[in-house]
Amino acid sequence: MKHNMRPPKGGPGGRPMAKKGTMKRLVKMLFSFYPVMLPVALFCVIFNAVVSSVPSLFMQNVISVIEKYWKVGDWASAKPEILSIVGVLVIFYILSLASGVIYNQLMAIITQGTLQKLRCKMFDKMQDLPIKYFDTHNHGDIMSHYTNDIDTLRQLVSQSVPQLIISAITIITVFSIMLYFSVWMALVVVIGIVAMTMVTKKVGGNSSKYFIRQQQAVGKTEGFIEEMMNGQKVVKVFCREEECKNEFDLVNDQLFEDAEKANKYANILMPILGNIGNVLYVIVALAGGALMTFNVPNLSISGIAMGISIVVPFLNMTKQFCGNIGQVSNQINSIVMGLAGADRIFELIDEQPETDEGYVTLVNARENADGTLTECSERTNVWAWKHPHGDGTTTYTRLMGDVRLNQVDFGYTDEKIVLHDITIFAEPGQKVAFVGATGAGKTTITNLINRFYDIADGKIRYDGININKIKKADLRRSLGIVLQDTNLFTGTVMDNIRYGRLDASDEECKAAAKLAGAHDFITRLPDGYNTELSGNGANLSQGQRQLLAIARAAVADPPVMILDEATSSIDTRTEAIVQKGMDALMHGRTVFVIAHRLSTVKNSDVIMVLENGRIIEKGSHEKLIADKGKYYQLYTGAFELE
Amino acid sequence: MIKTLAKSIREYKKASILTPIFVSGEVVLECIIPFIIANLVNEIKAGCDMKTIAGYGAVLVLMAFGSLACGVASGSQCATASCGFAKNLRKDMFYKIQGFSFENIDKFSTSSLVTRLTTDVMNIQMAYMMIIRIAVRCPLMLIFSFVMAFIMGGKTAMVFLFVVPVLGIGLALIIKTVMPLFRRVFKKYDNINNSVQENIKGMRVVKSYVREDYEKAKFKKAADEVCADFTKAERIIALNNPLMQFCMYTVMICVMVFGSQAVVTSLGVDLDVGQLSSLLTYSFQILMSLMMVSMIFVMMTMSAESAHRIAEVLTEESTLHNPEKPEFDVKDGSVDFDGVSFRYSEKAERFALENIDLHIKSGETVGIIGGTGSSKSSLIQLISRLYDVSAGSVKVGGRDVREYDIETLRNQVAVVLQKNVLFSGTIKDNLRWGNKDATDEQMIEACRLACADEFIEKFPDKYDTYIEQGGANVSGGQKQRLCIARALLKRPKILILDDSTSAVDTKTDALIRKAFKEFIPETTKIIIAQRISSVQDADKIVVLDGGKINGVGTHEELMKSNEIYREVYFSQNKGGDADEA
Repeated sequence: MKHNMRPPKGGPGGRPMAKKGTMKRLVKMLFSFYPVMLPVALFCVIFNAVVSSVPSLFMQNVISVIEKYWKVGDWASAKPEILSIVGVLVIFYILSLASGVIYNQLMAIITQGTLQKLRCKMFDKMQDLPIKYFDTHNHGDIMSHYTNDIDTLRQLVSQSVPQLIISAITIITVFSIMLYFSVWMALVVVIGIVAMTMVTKKVGGNSSKYFIRQQQAVGKTEGFIEEMMNGQKVVKVFCREEECKNEFDLVNDQLFEDAEKANKYANILMPILGNIGNVLYVIVALAGGALMTFNVPNLSISGIAMGISIVVPFLNMTKQFCGNIGQVSNQINSIVMGLAGADRIFELIDEQPETDEGYVTLVNARENADGTLTECSERTNVWAWKHPHGDGTTTYTRLMGDVRLNQVDFGYTDEKIVLHDITIFAEPGQKVAFVGATGAGKTTITNLINRFYDIADGKIRYDGININKIKKADLRRSLGIVLQDTNLFTGTVMDNIRYGRLDASDEECKAAAKLAGAHDFITRLPDGYNTELSGNGANLSQGQRQLLAIARAAVADPPVMILDEATSSIDTRTEAIVQKGMDALMHGRTVFVIAHRLSTVKNSDVIMVLENGRIIEKGSHEKLIADKGKYYQLYTGAFELE
Repeated sequence: MIKTLAKSIREYKKASILTPIFVSGEVVLECIIPFIIANLVNEIKAGCDMKTIAGYGAVLVLMAFGSLACGVASGSQCATASCGFAKNLRKDMFYKIQGFSFENIDKFSTSSLVTRLTTDVMNIQMAYMMIIRIAVRCPLMLIFSFVMAFIMGGKTAMVFLFVVPVLGIGLALIIKTVMPLFRRVFKKYDNINNSVQENIKGMRVVKSYVREDYEKAKFKKAADEVCADFTKAERIIALNNPLMQFCMYTVMICVMVFGSQAVVTSLGVDLDVGQLSSLLTYSFQILMSLMMVSMIFVMMTMSAESAHRIAEVLTEESTLHNPEKPEFDVKDGSVDFDGVSFRYSEKAERFALENIDLHIKSGETVGIIGGTGSSKSSLIQLISRLYDVSAGSVKVGGRDVREYDIETLRNQVAVVLQKNVLFSGTIKDNLRWGNKDATDEQMIEACRLACADEFIEKFPDKYDTYIEQGGANVSGGQKQRLCIARALLKRPKILILDDSTSAVDTKTDALIRKAFKEFIPETTKIIIAQRISSVQDADKIVVLDGGKINGVGTHEELMKSNEIYREVYFSQNKGGDADEA
């Protein structure tokens, strides 16, 4: 949950600010999601708000009736008049209740539905984003779109917006009724409102200032806690407990100070507003009394003369009025935060998706007697590139796994080229190895072959086809990649292996596991292949996870495999045992191997030694040793890898 | 559980008690104000003079100010109390964790400790704020308003006796249905967030296998389910509002009808117009309070889980204790394992180490070799008493490690852990972990021994270079060498390297070992390694397999006698000897 406490973006004045059009876009989006439900809900909200503010009118009527009769105590005559007024009120109330139930139910559906749609929209978009996005954005930050931002938006849509509408309508209605009763007294209320607004601005402003500070302090404290918890064992080994406690006290005390101030301001806002309301209440009573005592001619829309039947409902209205202003001021923080959240969500949805202008596809094929290929729909284990040409003809090229890089240049940014003039020919069935220090560009080359990134200059051809012409999905389907940092997904071991090919049978998955040397340890797990994995396979060792990843690639059965430090966490003795399976796995495939352990790459057909983005040596192990160059130095241990 | 947590209130007890007192004052005043206003209204109606009105006004304004003072005081005291409580909770947990043994740390995962220190404490802070402020305010408000309503309204107030139970039961029903639903859906919600996280981290895998559409479908299904459950829960919660309105309306209508009847029939004696209007104010206060009570109830149930998790940390007892009469002197660097067996927890079925007998003389260099899971790390962690043996004994300098003062022992036995960590701060800050008072010369010396000075000198800020959290801005090999230097600064009698040079190239690795031999010959060196070359020239090499000693001897001896050792050797040197054979 660490990502939850991200300090909000500071706009001018230190407040989290949303872009200008966000509210408009949000409203538009809500209407497009629920073109019928939302207007109905809004209508009900407004109706409900209006109806719940009119009782003061009825109150005034009832009191006039009472005034008429109470001195003589004639309940018999008063009763029908009062009942008829109350009868109308009952009808109003029933309508209000009905609209209340409807809008509350609809808003529940709309809020959750909207969040759901946004979640799916974000997730769908995320799946379509290029790898570059994930390499350049903090993962915790991406995650917080789904947690923080969705949460603030929920608050905004389900509570703040309806509350705002209700308050606004109530304030308008109540104020109209006030004017209807007495302009003089309404003016008294206006003075009170001005005071309340000023207080809200001052105290509320301070409150959000300190809330932002608090957020920052929270972020700092969490960062410290996380670092220390991760290094707790080191702390113990060095007996640094006391120093850690002191350092922790510093950040913890700072957090306390900021949190205390922020909460103080937030806590006192309501009592202040409430009591301004109380004072206003008194002033209104006094003003009413004064107007009545001095018989000041009443100025009003209704023309009703000043009297107790006006003062009493006026007092209740004052209370209602102040209550609603309090509600609005309560919502300000969540509206600002909600809009900032919406802004970030829109930002993700607006990201540029990965483009794909490829048109060459991978299809199942059957070989004809004359050696040509025909497309077919069933799985034949013969694959072909279907290449439609400009002149309307289509050619089929058999999938072989021939990969050629020709004078390739590449940079993650335009300014900085990290690969220079890379030329590699990998024939079907060959094993090509990359060796070099961290940052030499080994992994980068594999990123180019599967088009996670696009080259700046040069050509990459796959079975003679420029890979830019191949549809990305089909290109990647023909490549199996095992990465150093293994990512497993929540699910059973079997599910994870099957990830490589969704229609693989249990037997095929087991065969792949055997090939990868993973079968043994899997059968020793509590539930064998049905053992549930969670937290990226937290209950497995790094080596075991790598074996699973290799099994996953094996089941996909691609003609080309890329092994990026795939066996780095498996100890050399186990690796030697696994080696047989690995050799069987690599047999007949084009394989790119990246490893910093030279024993892993020694038997490759070609070894490329990379330095600063250039290939400085290439050849077989024997040739490179004989050359006595960089590789020789590495092999004899004169240079450090990593 | 509550008792455990309450211990952390300490210096904020005063604020915690003052808050409800001020709240009570606020409530009393708020309840009296409508009462006085009712009288005022009647005075006005009776046609009193301006003086009476002004008198009333003065009293009322005074009371409003009193209420304001109480409100502000309670608000700020409440902030102090709740934030202070949270601060102390964090502090107590953090301190407690500092006293944890490795076994305790293993029991709680790192991420769960972080959550407990952050999110869970925040939840408790919110709940505490609610409890000392609103949980006091609402019942008080409820009672006072009730009393006042009956004093003023007499029979008319009987309406409340009907409405309040309706609202109470209604709210209780809503909470009862919705709570289990919420608990279930929160779990599912966590699950979909986990799956998003997995996707973000594993995006390369998703894209490599072209599983975008598969993941989308999977996510949509899970998210749909969460949405359906959430909607169901929220729709039930959404009944709160209309229920409240219904009660309000009922009160309004009843007060209007019965109230006016009372006023008219009694000629304003039992009830008058002013009181009628105040009755409405009270009814509103009563219903609002009930509503808040129900909210607090929900909040408290939700935070119970957090409270439980915090209490778990606070009541955890460290499994390692300093002996009563600790020994503060480690005589020499000899290590003896006598019939040692070890398992990570009482419940573990398998022993990580079984019947280990091993004797290391002071100043010896010992290598330990073994496959993944052969318990190499477990073995060396017993020496500095990071764990206690299950059977047998481990002796350092001829004494059982359990007789030493723990800090003394750990200062004399320096372990460079396999999963090592650098902390954010300069290189010097990190080195000083080994020795707080290390001089620059001592630091440079240690770095030279660990072959770290050459790359440190290349950094623009040299020894003042800032290391990012987790050592993100240095390479694996550099990090390992800094960790070794840090341990060297302790000037220990025993130095243990747990696979600490795996990312260092073989040549530098050899240089480090050479430096050890030349400059700290009297220190016992125990080296765990994957690479044979790292241990080849040790005085003694121990081969571990499945938690048992498979063989002990020099490189030459083991090459002759030990199957596993030979296999490891050939797996790393295949091509050379194997080709010739």
